[in-house]
Parts: sequence; C-alpha cells; structure tokens
Amino acid sequence: MSATDASEILGHFGPYGGRFVPEALIGALEELDAAHQAAMIDPAFQNELAELHRTYTGRPSILTEAKRFAEHAGGARILLKREDLNHTGSHKINNVLGQALLTKKMGKKRIIAETGAGQHGVASATAAALMGLECVVYMGEEDTKRQALNVARMKMLGAEVIPVTSGSRTLKDAINEAMRDWVTNVEDTHYLLGTVAGPHPFPTMVRDFHKIIGEEAREQVLQLVGRLPDAVLACVGGGSNAIGIFHRFITDKDVRLIGLEAGGDGVETGRHAATITGGSPGVLHGTRSYVLQDANGQTVESHSISAGLDYPGVGPEHAYLHDIGRAEYRAITDKEAMDAFSLLCKTEGIIPAIESSHALAGAIKVGRELGPDAILLINLSGRGDKDVHTAAQYFGIALDGQ
Amino acid sequence: MTTPLDQLFIKTRAENRAALIAYIPAGFPTIKDCHRVIQAFVDGGVDAIEIGFPYSDPVMDGPTIQAAAVTALNNGTSAYDVLDALEVSTTAGVPSLVMTYWNPIEKFGVEKFAHEIAARGGSGVIHPDITIEESSSWLAAADKEGINPIYVVALSTSDERLERVTSKCGGFVYAASIMGVTGARATVSSGAEGLVSRIRTTTDLPVAVGLGVSTREQARDVAAYADGVIVGSAFVKAILDAPTFEKGLTKVTELARELAFGVRGQ
Repeated sequence: MSATDASEILGHFGPYGGRFVPEALIGALEELDAAHQAAMIDPAFQNELAELHRTYTGRPSILTEAKRFAEHAGGARILLKREDLNHTGSHKINNVLGQALLTKKMGKKRIIAETGAGQHGVASATAAALMGLECVVYMGEEDTKRQALNVARMKMLGAEVIPVTSGSRTLKDAINEAMRDWVTNVEDTHYLLGTVAGPHPFPTMVRDFHKIIGEEAREQVLQLVGRLPDAVLACVGGGSNAIGIFHRFITDKDVRLIGLEAGGDGVETGRHAATITGGSPGVLHGTRSYVLQDANGQTVESHSISAGLDYPGVGPEHAYLHDIGRAEYRAITDKEAMDAFSLLCKTEGIIPAIESSHALAGAIKVGRELGPDAILLINLSGRGDKDVHTAAQYFGIALDGQ
Repeated sequence: MTTPLDQLFIKTRAENRAALIAYIPAGFPTIKDCHRVIQAFVDGGVDAIEIGFPYSDPVMDGPTIQAAAVTALNNGTSAYDVLDALEVSTTAGVPSLVMTYWNPIEKFGVEKFAHEIAARGGSGVIHPDITIEESSSWLAAADKEGINPIYVVALSTSDERLERVTSKCGGFVYAASIMGVTGARATVSSGAEGLVSRIRTTTDLPVAVGLGVSTREQARDVAAYADGVIVGSAFVKAILDAPTFEKGLTKVTELARELAFGVRGQ
C-alpha cells in the first residue's frame, strides 16, 4: 500500500479502508458512491431524511442523566444518549432510512442485508416495508437461535430471513452470503450494509448517516452541563454507533473518545471479539482494517455474549483513529458487560442491549478513573428487549414464570 | 520476460485452440492427496493448473468450492502447503498459478509471496478481490519476480474500466462468464462472448473464461471465442461426489480428457 493508492480513490483512512472486492461489484460501488455524494449536498434529500427522522424515527433522541448508576461509576456524571428509544430500538434505523432512500433514488427494488443481533435486520425490514422494497436478510444460523425474537419481527415486517449455515454461522458468514447474493443480483439489488465496514463508500456513507447521533448529543450536553464531556464512550463491533457519536467530537481535542470492544471470556483466552485490542491489520469483507486472523491470514472466529459485537473485523476509520491515537479502544468481558447490564436495569429502570452494556461497563471503569468531576457521554445504542432470553439464561431467571 | 504460462498461450494460439486450465484447492481432499489430483490433471491432459489458496471467507465462491476450502482449512493447510502443491504442479512440467483472495498474500508478505511463487517455478497469481487501485505493491512485486498478475473482470465491468484493468494484467485476462459465484451451471452465459470481445478491444493478452464450465460441450463453445477455458467446481465436485478418492481421481482424469477435446473444438 503506497501513497499513490490512497490518492487514486477516496475512502481511505490512512492505510485503512479502500476497496478489496470482485470487479463485478465496482460498478455498483461507484454508482452508490455517486448517489451518496449527491445526496449529501442535495437539500431535498436531506429534508426528506430529516422529516423521516422527526416523524418516524423519533429524533432527536433524548439525553438521560443516570444519577443512581453514576454512584457506581466513581460519582462521575453519566449522560446517556438514548438511541435505544428510536423506532426499532437501536441506532441502526439512522443508517437504513438513509440507504433505503438512496436505494429508491438509484431505482433499485430489492435490498439485502446482513444481521448479527438482528437489530440491523429489523431496521432494514422496517425501512423496506415503509418504502415498498423487497427485503432479504442473511443471518447466521447460530444467531437466528440466539435472537429468535428478532427473526420473528423481521418476518412480520415482510422480510425473508435466510439462515446462513456456512463457516461459523454468525455475522461474518452472513456478510459473505450477502456479498455472494450481491455479486449475483447487483443490477436490481442494493446491499444495505449495516456497519461502517466493507468497501468504499460504505464506511464513509454509514458514518454520514449516523453522525447525527454525535451532533445532537454535543448540543444536548452543552445545553445540560455547559461544557463538553470529558469522554465519549460507545461499544464497538463493526463500529457504527461509535463512529456516529464520535464523529462530531473528533475535532474537540480535549474530549477523549473511548471504544469498548467485546472481550468475551477475556482477550488473553483467545475467545473474544476485540478486533483492535487483540487483532492485527488485514483485509476482510472488502476493506483493510484490523482483523482477527491467524498466521495464514485466515479469519479467526470471534466470541461474544453479544451477537451484535460478535464480528472479527472493525470499521477502517476506527483502525485509523486508534493508530493516530485520537481514540482509545478497550476490551470489556462478557461478565463485565452483564454486570453493567444488570446495574443499569436496577438503578435506572432501563434495560440496555448487551452490546450497549459494554459501553456502560466502560463508563464504570472510566468514571472511577476520572472521579466525580468528570462528565461522561455514553451512547446507549440499543434497548435490551431482544436480549431478555440471553440475559435470563445468564442470570438464571426462569422464563416460565416460576 | 515470459513465463511458462505466456509460452503456453503462444503454443495454443499456434495450434488454433484454447488452453484448458484446471483448478484445485491446496489441501483438498488432504494435503498429500491434492498432489495426486494434480497428477490426475496432468494425466488427463490439462494445459495449466491453478492451485487455490483455501480461505475462510471466499465471497466469490459457490457451495462446492466453499466446501473444499473448509476441508482444506480443517486439514491445516498453510501458505507453504499451497506453495508445495504449486511446486508439484510445476515439477510435472505444467504452467502453474496460484488463485487466492488478497488477505493471505498480505499476511504472508507481498514481496515474499511473489518471490516464493517465482522460486517454485510458478507463472503467476489470480486474485479475484484486489482492485487495481489497491495493487501498487503487488504489481511491483510481481514485476520484480517476473510473474503474471491476473485480474478477474466481470460482465458489469465498463469499457473504460476494462481498459484500465487489462493494462495491469499479465499472462491472461480472466473473464468471469456470469454475474455470480463459482459453480457448475447447465449453461454458460451468452454474455461471456460479448465480454471477451470487449476485452479484446483493450488488450492483446489471451482471454480465459471461467465460472460455470463443467462439460466438454461447454468447453467447446467457450473455446470458439476464448483463449482459455477454466474449470474448477466440476473437478472438486467429481472428488466430493465419488464414493472413494481413487474413483474420484479416475473421474478427474476422465473429465480432464473430455474437456481437453472440448478446448480443441472437438
């Protein structure tokens, strides 16, 4: 990778990003790139999306101060950006509405999507229903079992859910299968990728659709406390909710940006999904970034209690923010995440997604490090209804009412 | 500098026929038995051999080659096993290539990979998922070692882009006959012929067609307009479907013989 590579096409973040895809997809990626760039400066598109967010998504999402939770986080002020209150229950709706509008602009009739936890699949199925598009969702067979409720939701919304039985049967393999579908049906199909990974323009485009999170939150924090937060925290799987809340703060040099990766059983055990903490630079799913891989460049299976973070790659912009030292990435174990999950339930009456619970666990640690003068902004990226089964099993709560 | 692959196409063009290029993933069905498949290719009269580098996330491959890749990875196939299989093939006197997704090359070391290919007598590498925009380090390494960098182009590739991609190619241009993944199909897309003629307006390099070819008749049809016919899944399937590996080997040789007639217009 030389400097001339980076100058040839956009979509590089330092040495990361780019396009590593079959030629069959280049035309579609160029078309998408052009549509995205046009939409970003098209007032009509922006108005249409803003109106949808106001009347359908429920934006702006509110900021909630978690005072009782904060007592366990060194007394730091804990401000939760409530993406869990969006329609469909997570930040994912921001991106799918944007991409679904672009799909219509490109004259395509069918969207395909991958999903891990099912949040992006549900959001995609929702947008497809709203805009009259055909929708096929690829989901690892393992995940369809972990997230059966979301499978039912997608079907109710009219989407076809295809369980993927290849490889590790999780998100990584769902993306492979979606890419194979796209290579075959690219003429009438848009691949509605759900995170800030994949070939250019996806990392940039998906970020652009999520950056509203940080833009709103920055204003809300200033209004509430009169200054910027000391740190912004978010969980990182592919990294879409994290980039969404980080982006507006990147130029605020005194605001620490902290991404919390899924540490699974602990990074030292090898059973984790902490790609930046425990991986190395490589190419996966069309982009260069950090990857969990072995000595032969084979992708290593990731492990996390959270299906939405169970991915052996990460968005290229995160890789870059890490390398230049602008953002920090730490691993949170399954246990730490579940403890934080339980704590938020019992102190604030909010059931968070297990994904977001990684950010909450990070807030407990960072709050204790910084003490009571600190102000922490946390992206509560999703609600935990979908995780009730997993959490009940984890905490030994019977589901039959006994 | 010409590679054995370059020389092959000079020869087949002089004979007014297409070359038969056969694919097998290294490590399939086992690391050692893969070497016997290579011999079966040679016995059946294939003109060139592609050794696949099995990869965990093969987005261009259909179920047949995915299954072979899983087997090969479960066998612990490493980069050196791929290179060893390549050497078995070159030692048998056949122009030989490696086909691989990009990440294993990057992990092994771009220059080191090119060097090892050349050191073992390999002619080049087919790399379906690296774009010309990301290729400068690879092209420099391939050039230094005198091996052919082979890009795969698609029906959807624009004329303008074809020009740019084929200008970076060596050995031959790989024309994907259909929009889709690898795997035997009942018919080879009629679009392939159009793609080959579009490619020819941009380059004098030979053009080989892959994806979906599995029979003598299909090979004959493709050979009428292409310089090479690439067959992969049909060979893998012959081994997967055979009751024993020995029977699979026989089937591979028989299929290669049939296809060899096909590429000669017979």
